[in-house]
Amino acid sequence: MYNIVTKRELVPHINLFEFSAKEIAVKTKPGQFIILRVNEKGERIPLTMADVDPEKGTITVVCHEVGKSTRQLGQLEEGDCILDLLGPLGKPAEIGKFGIVLCIGGGVMVAPLYFQAKALHEAGNKVIGGIGARTENQLIFENEMREVCDEFYVATDDGTRGYKGLGFLEELLKERKIDRVITMGPILMMKKVSELTRPYSVPTIVNLIPIMVDGMGMCGACRVTVGGRTLFACVDGPDFDGHQVDFEELMTRLKMYSPQEKLAFVFYEEGGSSL
Amino acid sequence: MSKPKPKVRKEVISMSKQGLEERIQNFNEVAFGYAEEEAVAEAERCLQCKKAPCVKACPVEVDIPEFIRLIKEHRFDEAIKKVKEKNSLPAICGRVCPQEEQCQADCTMGKIGDPISVGRLERFVADWERERGYDVPQKSASTGKRVAIVGAGPAGLTVAADLTKLGHEVVVFEALNKPGGVLVYGIPEFRLPKAIVAAEAEYIEKLGVTIKTNAVIGKLYTVEELLESFDAVFVGTGAGLPRFMRIPGENLCGIYSANEFLIRVNLMKAYKFPEYDTPVWVGKKVVVIGGGNSAMDSARSALRLGADEVWVVYRRSRKEMPTRMEEVENAEEEGIKFKFLSNPVRYFGDERSWVKGIECIAMELGEPDESGRRRPIPIKGSEFIIDVDTVVVAIGNTANPLIQQTTEGLEVTKWGTIVVDEETGKTSKEGVYAGGDIVSGVATVISAMGAGKRAARAIHEYLMNKR
Ligand SMILES: Cc1cc2nc3c(=O)[nH]c(=O)nc-3n(C[C@H](O)[C@H](O)[C@H](O)COP(=O)(O)OP(=O)(O)OC[C@H]3O[C@@H](n4cnc5c(N)ncnc54)[C@H](O)[C@@H]3O)c2cc1C
Ligand SMILES: Cc1cc2nc3c(=O)[nH]c(=O)nc-3n(C[C@H](O)[C@H](O)[C@H](O)COP(=O)(O)OP(=O)(O)OC[C@H]3O[C@@H](n4cnc5c(N)ncnc54)[C@H](O)[C@@H]3O)c2cc1C
Ligand code: SF4
Ligand code: SF4
Ligand code: FES
Repeated sequence: MYNIVTKRELVPHINLFEFSAKEIAVKTKPGQFIILRVNEKGERIPLTMADVDPEKGTITVVCHEVGKSTRQLGQLEEGDCILDLLGPLGKPAEIGKFGIVLCIGGGVMVAPLYFQAKALHEAGNKVIGGIGARTENQLIFENEMREVCDEFYVATDDGTRGYKGLGFLEELLKERKIDRVITMGPILMMKKVSELTRPYSVPTIVNLIPIMVDGMGMCGACRVTVGGRTLFACVDGPDFDGHQVDFEELMTRLKMYSPQEKLAFVFYEEGGSSL
Repeated sequence: MSKPKPKVRKEVISMSKQGLEERIQNFNEVAFGYAEEEAVAEAERCLQCKKAPCVKACPVEVDIPEFIRLIKEHRFDEAIKKVKEKNSLPAICGRVCPQEEQCQADCTMGKIGDPISVGRLERFVADWERERGYDVPQKSASTGKRVAIVGAGPAGLTVAADLTKLGHEVVVFEALNKPGGVLVYGIPEFRLPKAIVAAEAEYIEKLGVTIKTNAVIGKLYTVEELLESFDAVFVGTGAGLPRFMRIPGENLCGIYSANEFLIRVNLMKAYKFPEYDTPVWVGKKVVVIGGGNSAMDSARSALRLGADEVWVVYRRSRKEMPTRMEEVENAEEEGIKFKFLSNPVRYFGDERSWVKGIECIAMELGEPDESGRRRPIPIKGSEFIIDVDTVVVAIGNTANPLIQQTTEGLEVTKWGTIVVDEETGKTSKEGVYAGGDIVSGVATVISAMGAGKRAARAIHEYLMNKR
């Protein structure tokens, strides 16, 4: 059993959780994820770590409630326990000295992007941050990101805060010599970012989170096509070269269980499942 | 004692099964097992051969005539003790061993009638014991030595049980959330109830073994790091890496690896969705590619999950199928259909990228290959199309690579399996032993346990001679 040390609602339906998990905290590098299960009947929920505190022995994740399992997690409080916690999984993100690194994050994935931006900053890179959300009151981790970025931009889809859409990124690419782009967030956003950087040949790293089951290479649910080859995101990634990824396939595969997910959600909301 | 011997019955005592109509609608165990009088009647058929060929054909050499004699005399508690001298997971082996190729293959009784059903008798005494609660044997005095086991499959659990009984401190690290390996994530409930696997694991914990689940070695700790706090390490990580054919369309929605399908259904209990959260999707027409245990288990699971029609497409013929005939017969009885001598070449999808058809090619059998089975060769121009809405690719698994990738100095074959000394399980790295599917590739539960037994013996010796 793993204890919830801290729970904080960042914005409605997006919560930060700090779990006590000493062994994992000591080993984790930015870019790695955990898989957790709330209880015996629960689904395996993969979440990318947004920070760790090896001394305190805790790991931090930020989770968006999008369906039954994430809603159920969101209903837990400080002091509650979850049944299973597995990690650190996936390859760590590459943290080198690249020069000027652009970190573009969207939605809930801004939180784990912060963990990488922090490490890149500490490694001596000039980090330019750009974070976005659908609308102003959905923005998360803005202050955290500001702290580790040398330059910082905010954008929203509807223009209620900062830039509207990814226009600022086009400007940046035109005017500046960027050495590397790292992007985490909705697939459509990562696809767009990859398309924008392609003409400038800027190495662009995307973070792929397909549906996963075991998270350690045993099922192939997470297969993605990169450069024409089938790879398993959980062990070969989750970071890949954005210019090589088949985003269309990824999007269709993510919707594979939509009808079942809806059923599970309705079942849960009507109290059919025991917590 | 001096009663006249009745004539020996030639026919095996049959084991009752769930009715057909009923069983294809649920995941409960198909076969019920012997009642006491049935077990005794079956035991009475055993000829108590002096040179018992059955014992030689059992990979762990269970003293078969002796435990059968004890059953015949209604001494069930002694019978189970006799079995457990050699086999620590009898309730499991009794159910899933390919007995027709092992202990029952050369049974003397088999020459004049049906061979003795050794597996069913083993299952009977194991179930008899479990219903009454286990006796936990006395432990030897502590040796002060510590052993880490990686993987809680049959190989790892066997090593753990043997070494703890000898007084060593044993910790098992298992990546999944339950111990058992393929026994929990692969073999379905209707062939091997998970409560039995859980009971066996509990028994091993009662012996004093610590089982740490959710611990992926290679990520959480490396083998090197384990060697800092343990005197020896046993690697029993199995062959869990799914193979795909790498043909066009294989990533369409609705195409699973057998591992994904079976992990969802067994480990995550998707057959109880939505009571359990993990979903699995099964359409009206399901095609399973392959001819082994995973293929049979996937096909029979798909049927129970509501498919109208389930086909198994296999590139060789029925005779070459690498699975237990008993299970093929069960599958046929349940209405699974087979398309032999056929192999997929590509998949077609609909506008939503869901699989809707498979193009297959007919095969003929040529000369035998390394495995001794005749090699299938495609027949030019014989392509045909099967309509489908779910596909399970069950063409086999290869070695889990994580330990090999993260351990310096571990010799590995070109298939990715770990190289060991056959007799001891010793690897090229000091203090590191390995056994089971990670060494042999996918084999059997009992052979993994046999490898575990040998490794445990060697590790014990190594530990006792170490300073
Ligand atoms: C490596 C990895 C890291 C992730 N990191 C985070 C994170 O840091 N924060 C966060 O909020 N979410 C993260 N996710 C996504 C999160 O795991 C899913 O949102 C969650 O499992 C959905 O479960 P559910 O039952 O609530 O929703 P469901 O009802 O199951 O699904 C709702 C929608 O979410 C998507 N989804 C479902 N299952 C998965 C899955 N296993 N992986 C990805 N998407 C899925 C589907 O498109 C679906 O339409 C990550 C996923 C992966 C694979
Ligand atoms: C679907 C299916 C049906 C089968 N049916 C039969 C049958 O009827 N009869 C029969 O005799 N055999 C059968 N087999 C074969 C048999 O199950 C295997 O040969 C046997 O389980 C091998 O045992 P093992 O201990 O070597 O490995 P496994 O049972 O594979 O166990 C390995 C364990 O190690 C864990 N692991 C892997 N990597 C790590 C890591 N890095 N850190 C920690 N843990 C790790 C895995 O999660 C797993 O739990 C079947 C196999 C399958 C797939
Ligand atoms: S362990 Fe398997 S092979 Fe050996 S006697 Fe038992 S059923 Fe037969
Ligand atoms: S070979 Fe058959 S008949 Fe002979 S002892 Fe073994 S089980 Fe009994
Ligand atoms: S999640 Fe199973 S192989 Fe990646």
